[in-house]
Amino acid sequence: MDAFLHQVLAGLATGGIYASLALALVMIYQATHLVNFAQGEMAMFATYLAWSLLNAGVPYWPAFLLTIGIAFVGGIVIERVVVRPVENSPVLAIVVVFIALLVILNSVAGWIYTYTLKSFPSPFPEQSSFKFMSPHEIGAIGITLLVLAALYVFFRFTPLGLALRAAAQNPESSRLVGIRVGWMLALGWGLAAAVGAVAGMMVAPIVYLDPNMMGGVLLYAFAAALVGGIDSPGGAVFGGFLVGVLENVLGAFVIGNELKLSVALILIIGVLLVKPSGFFGKVNVTRV
Amino acid sequence: MKKNIFLMLILLGVACALPFLVSNYRTFQLTLVMVYAIALLGLNILTGYSGQISLGHGAFYALGAYCAAILMDKAGVPYWATLPAAGAVCFVAGFLFGLPALRLEGLYLALATFALGVAMPQLLKYHHLEKWTGGVQGIVIAKPEAPLGLPLNADQWLYFFTLAVMLAMFFLGWNLLRGRVGRALTAIRDHAIAAEAMGVHNALYKSTAFGVSALYTGVAGALGAIAVQFVAPDSFNIFLSIVFLVGIVVGGLASISGALYGALFIQFVPNIADEISKAAPWAVFGIFMIGFVYLMPTGVAGAVRLLLARRRSP
Amino acid sequence: MKLRFFIGLLAVSVAFPALAQKKYDPGVSDKEIKIGNTNPYSGPASAYGTIGKSIAAYFKMVNDQGGINGRKVTFISYDDSYSPPKTVEMARKLVEQDEVLFVFQTLGTPSNTAIHQYMNMKKVPQMHVATGATKWNDPKGHPWTMGWQPSYQSEAKIYAAHLLKTKPNAKIAVLYQNDDYGKDYLKGLHDGLGAKKSMIVKEVSYEVSDPTVDSQIVQLQASGADVFFNITTPKFAAMAIRKAYDIGWKPTQYLNNVSIGVKSVLEPAGLEKSVGLITLGYLKEPNDKQFQNDPAIVKWREFMKKYYPDGSLIDNLNVYGYSVGETIAQVLRQCGDNLTRENVMRQAASMKSFRVDTLLPGVNIGTSAQDFAPIEAGQLQRFDGKEWVRFGEVMGR
Repeated sequence: MDAFLHQVLAGLATGGIYASLALALVMIYQATHLVNFAQGEMAMFATYLAWSLLNAGVPYWPAFLLTIGIAFVGGIVIERVVVRPVENSPVLAIVVVFIALLVILNSVAGWIYTYTLKSFPSPFPEQSSFKFMSPHEIGAIGITLLVLAALYVFFRFTPLGLALRAAAQNPESSRLVGIRVGWMLALGWGLAAAVGAVAGMMVAPIVYLDPNMMGGVLLYAFAAALVGGIDSPGGAVFGGFLVGVLENVLGAFVIGNELKLSVALILIIGVLLVKPSGFFGKVNVTRV
Repeated sequence: MKKNIFLMLILLGVACALPFLVSNYRTFQLTLVMVYAIALLGLNILTGYSGQISLGHGAFYALGAYCAAILMDKAGVPYWATLPAAGAVCFVAGFLFGLPALRLEGLYLALATFALGVAMPQLLKYHHLEKWTGGVQGIVIAKPEAPLGLPLNADQWLYFFTLAVMLAMFFLGWNLLRGRVGRALTAIRDHAIAAEAMGVHNALYKSTAFGVSALYTGVAGALGAIAVQFVAPDSFNIFLSIVFLVGIVVGGLASISGALYGALFIQFVPNIADEISKAAPWAVFGIFMIGFVYLMPTGVAGAVRLLLARRRSP
Repeated sequence: MKLRFFIGLLAVSVAFPALAQKKYDPGVSDKEIKIGNTNPYSGPASAYGTIGKSIAAYFKMVNDQGGINGRKVTFISYDDSYSPPKTVEMARKLVEQDEVLFVFQTLGTPSNTAIHQYMNMKKVPQMHVATGATKWNDPKGHPWTMGWQPSYQSEAKIYAAHLLKTKPNAKIAVLYQNDDYGKDYLKGLHDGLGAKKSMIVKEVSYEVSDPTVDSQIVQLQASGADVFFNITTPKFAAMAIRKAYDIGWKPTQYLNNVSIGVKSVLEPAGLEKSVGLITLGYLKEPNDKQFQNDPAIVKWREFMKKYYPDGSLIDNLNVYGYSVGETIAQVLRQCGDNLTRENVMRQAASMKSFRVDTLLPGVNIGTSAQDFAPIEAGQLQRFDGKEWVRFGEVMGR
């Protein structure tokens, strides 16, 4: 029983990683109705910027906040410069642009920072007596939940959040009521990049900083976001924990690590068969 | 119409002359282009024409490749017979995968196919299947020689063999897509509910589209395995599926010639990027991708169509 | 009598130029030797691309110093993204289009497997392949292929032998990467333990795409094992070492040679968490305190600063690249003016205890017509928190 509990807790820790990136994915979906494949690499790049700041002597929390700010601006710039010109292209063309972004960011990071592993510091204490999860893993989950709460409040209770959601859902009507749709999209990207930067800085101490850091995480974050419901931030976080725990428990007790991915595949399809829009997603009813 | 046929005959003539004019190495590259073209046409049938996104077509390519390799290596089946076998296996696999996938739309279907693409290499490495798949070591295959003592070397023979298969499959595809089936698929893509109301049996068409699409990509995989003479699980990772998607978008969705343009792109542009920058080759590749999409959002095929239309109407 | 003398002199003077004649295969001229290579500069294994870059830098240095026997080395390296079909394509380009003399240090087991038959069929040397798989040492079956580093299986067998000697009743847990490299080590372990294979109580694998190996480490601890064979690449090695310590599992841990970097793996893992690790070393680790003023490492650091400033000084892959460069330079020097492919193989197969100074003392390069494994020796070493302390004797040849 102890082993099982240990796996579950380890799963929650890893799930926290997935949840934080899934949150960024959902953010961008809520703002633009697009899934940004480059989200992981943007988070990784922001984390490298933070690393550069820390290396230059900036203390942790100022570097943390500065990075979030830079990421926010960076996200807006990417939206204006890279995404805006292809706005009206077919969806798949936009997806290809995201893939291109992914590849470019990964390659440039490797070129500037090399592929050697780097440690990234954690703001949380080093050791604790709780053996099953490190203080950082618990702290990272806490931060993710904080970000989730902030996003929830933002989208539900502020006029800006409402405007963002409206611009994504119905651009024409939103324009008619005076919402600057273009800037809403840019804002959405900025926020998503900021959330991604937080995710990156929380994940790096656990998985170490290297250009391919987010590759594996993106896979699972994508699954988490969809299983939880792509338009529900809470669902994304729930999905993250679910995927983390299931992956661990299945790998350890049911199917062995060699078939983990195949089982995950079957599970995903199973969930989607029963609940095609994920656990907490809204079912879109289209009028004929 | 006549002009089109004339143009195609000229292209065919050039295609047949090429292996005698260029080096064996180039012939090998061109064979790979044709292999990718068949794979991309398969993906296009599903994504371009039926509007069902697949981020996992690398898995069907892998399935076809391993079919060919296992049959040739373990059962001594001649190389040309592995193609229909690979096609049949992939059709069934695609159809079966398409059945549950029916209920999924857009992003959720993308996720399911993504999971398939991610899971495939691990499945191929599974140690209980090692006896057949060769596990992580993969399988080495012999290259077929030209039959009947024809004065062609192995590379040239394989080129012509692939050319013939490609032409046959393109012709079949073209026939399929411009007829009732094609119209039904496009109807489903554009407005599924209306299509159903008009009597198009959505479920059957969608699953069949998956099956046919997988068949094409599977045959391409088999040909690819024969050309490269080697299969290994990690050659067929998720990145292959993503590169296929990039190929059809750059080439042109819902277009048969688009498959060929896309294949040229995914085969040659990474090499060009490598020449330009040793430090960050894929950054250059990514810039090319963005450039193509900016300048030609409907793909190369779309741009060509526009150009020809503009010339026709002054 | 005088006539016979003159005829003799004539004959000899005709013969001599023939002896002094240069023999060239494709890729060689009086001024140049062309060498080909493929490396993963992009894709999942791009961390290894630094080997190709360090080799390129090494040849730049050689050329600056006058080349080899007056010839400059042109090193042509292509990216294969660790994808075997791409390796086949690039190898064919190197051989058929660029017409290199031989292909050197192509990286990756599947990549090299894909071109194994082709290179031997074309009779072009596939030199010093950058993989530790055992199958490259096959002079009879594949006379044109040669490895360089100690094979994974022989390394694992040495660990198994050491364990059987020191802890014959141990319970063993294994973590391995689920690919050709990991499975090759595993086979070596199984073979090395032989009849005592049942000492292994738990074997778990991980994929390179896994974000962490925490779950695997927890599984291994739960098996009750007191010995841990850690067959992981750098990132996962650091995670495994750290997690094992954090959950309070303190087995006797053997770490594979790939991941022994002090600054690149052990520091991120935590130096105090890495105490007691055992590995088989053959290269000098550049950040090991004992080699700080070692002349070979000092020379290497200067080389990096001048010729590969972008390269990381804490990445032992860059010492690897430098060391293979030294090896092939020696082979080419031994060839003299007879630069045929056949002679390259012959010279590479006749290196008797050649010393490369960035290798550990006692570990030398040795080949023969029956032995295509240049490095087979190594010495066990244990990490004491600051450096790798060698113990026992140099094993292997």
